[in-house]
Amino acid sequence: MSKLIVVTRDGEEKILSGSVGSSVLEVIHDAGIEDLMALCGGCCSCATCHVYVDDEWISAAGAANEDEADLLEDSEHRKTASRLACQIKITDKLDGLRVIVAPED
Amino acid sequence: MITTDILIVGGGQGGAQVAISLRQGGYEGSIVMVGDEPDMPYDRPPLSKDYLAGDKTVDRLLLRKAEFWEKNKIDLCVGKRIASIDAEAHVAITDDEEKFQYGYLIWAAGGYARPLPIPGGDLSGIHVIRTREQVDLLRLEVENAREIVVIGGGYIGLEAAAVLTKQGKKVTILEAESRVLARVAGAPISEFYESEHRAQGVTIHTGVAVTHLEGENGRVKSVVLANGDEISADLVIAGIGLIPNKDIIEAAGAKCSNGVEVDELCRTSLPDIFSIGDCACHANKFAEGAFLRVESVPNAVGQAKAVVSVILGDPKPFVDVPWFWSNQYDLKLQTAGLNHGYDETILRGDPATRSFSLIYLRKGQVVAVDAVNMIKDFMAGKKLVEKGLVVDKASLADTDILLKSLLG
Repeated sequence: MSKLIVVTRDGEEKILSGSVGSSVLEVIHDAGIEDLMALCGGCCSCATCHVYVDDEWISAAGAANEDEADLLEDSEHRKTASRLACQIKITDKLDGLRVIVAPED
Repeated sequence: MITTDILIVGGGQGGAQVAISLRQGGYEGSIVMVGDEPDMPYDRPPLSKDYLAGDKTVDRLLLRKAEFWEKNKIDLCVGKRIASIDAEAHVAITDDEEKFQYGYLIWAAGGYARPLPIPGGDLSGIHVIRTREQVDLLRLEVENAREIVVIGGGYIGLEAAAVLTKQGKKVTILEAESRVLARVAGAPISEFYESEHRAQGVTIHTGVAVTHLEGENGRVKSVVLANGDEISADLVIAGIGLIPNKDIIEAAGAKCSNGVEVDELCRTSLPDIFSIGDCACHANKFAEGAFLRVESVPNAVGQAKAVVSVILGDPKPFVDVPWFWSNQYDLKLQTAGLNHGYDETILRGDPATRSFSLIYLRKGQVVAVDAVNMIKDFMAGKKLVEKGLVVDKASLADTDILLKSLLG
């Protein structure tokens, strides 16, 4: 299990734990946080699970892949730290990862 | 008799979203969800993709874990079927005579895969893809099958063919129309997918009529065509569309046509009964107001939220641009809009590069975009459709010009 810290849209910080191999999106949904619609079910076909990776974790989490970057490109709320939660897999290396849910487009 | 403020009929994406959004909105009344499948609400699109391929387990298909429903006091009654509704009395009755007295009823009952309407259609070894149970059965039989015939060249059939041919099966697709995806996409998209599937080893016959299925000891052994050809099959998958579940609510008096008719807030013609998702038929502003059903997750979710907005006292119609996706091989097809009544298409990019779009126009307006491995066009396409823009055709076709730059 790996620790995941999530700042929800209303500013609340929640400490969750997720199993290695699941996605940040899955961990967030399992915790009952409903901020992320994830309409495509997590297959990188929409942009409804937009999060910001905390500055300290940007390099560990890695950059958005090409599809992901294209999906995020036109979001009004895009930042360099933008990722899709469905595309970040929980690993041991990401134990303690902190993400902030982006505002809704 | 069980009394509940909210009775949701159907345990799919739409029904689940109603319950989730009600609680998220602070609703404190009682919520019961009755579904005829044995599973907790799950994500249906992977059934013909990752789940069929065995790349996704049941656990990861679930929309929420069991604890979520318990914690949020959403009473899931799985494996139960509502058989009748007394709309005036606000009572719904299951087929084993259990009665639910409701305040509001949300008919989110989806539909079922159209069975093959031909002789031999009831042999064993014939499968459809709609529920987790059906796909489990299919996966079990696929293990020992060598030759598989897919009847119907729509999205479900093509997605299944992609998965199965990658597993080394000899797959044949039979399509009655002159091209695959004929009902949903323009010719360049059909031609592209036909050639991709053929390159992967799939055999495709278009413009063929299946007359009957031959069996042996009650099990399918071949598919017979009107031209006399017989194609041997260890297993057959029928992907010939969805029939909306509406008989019960129609019998209760709801106005129905090609589905349960609803207004922009998903209200049926019956008091305190809403309908959403695959079974709900609505006047769609992106199709010139034509009454149609939109079979997609975003539609089910959006309609669910519209219902919740009414229940919570702040009604907001759902009017987003419809969108869809289909993953086959390494190809990501994304569709924005509805190509209903299109009179012209514009090809943007070269299909040979495996990255291109087809733009659908109706009287010059962009009404839909099919984007293949072209996410930027999909994202911009949604906005073009939303605005209903008339855009210079040469610019639409020019890949040196970003679609989003045409948004004005």
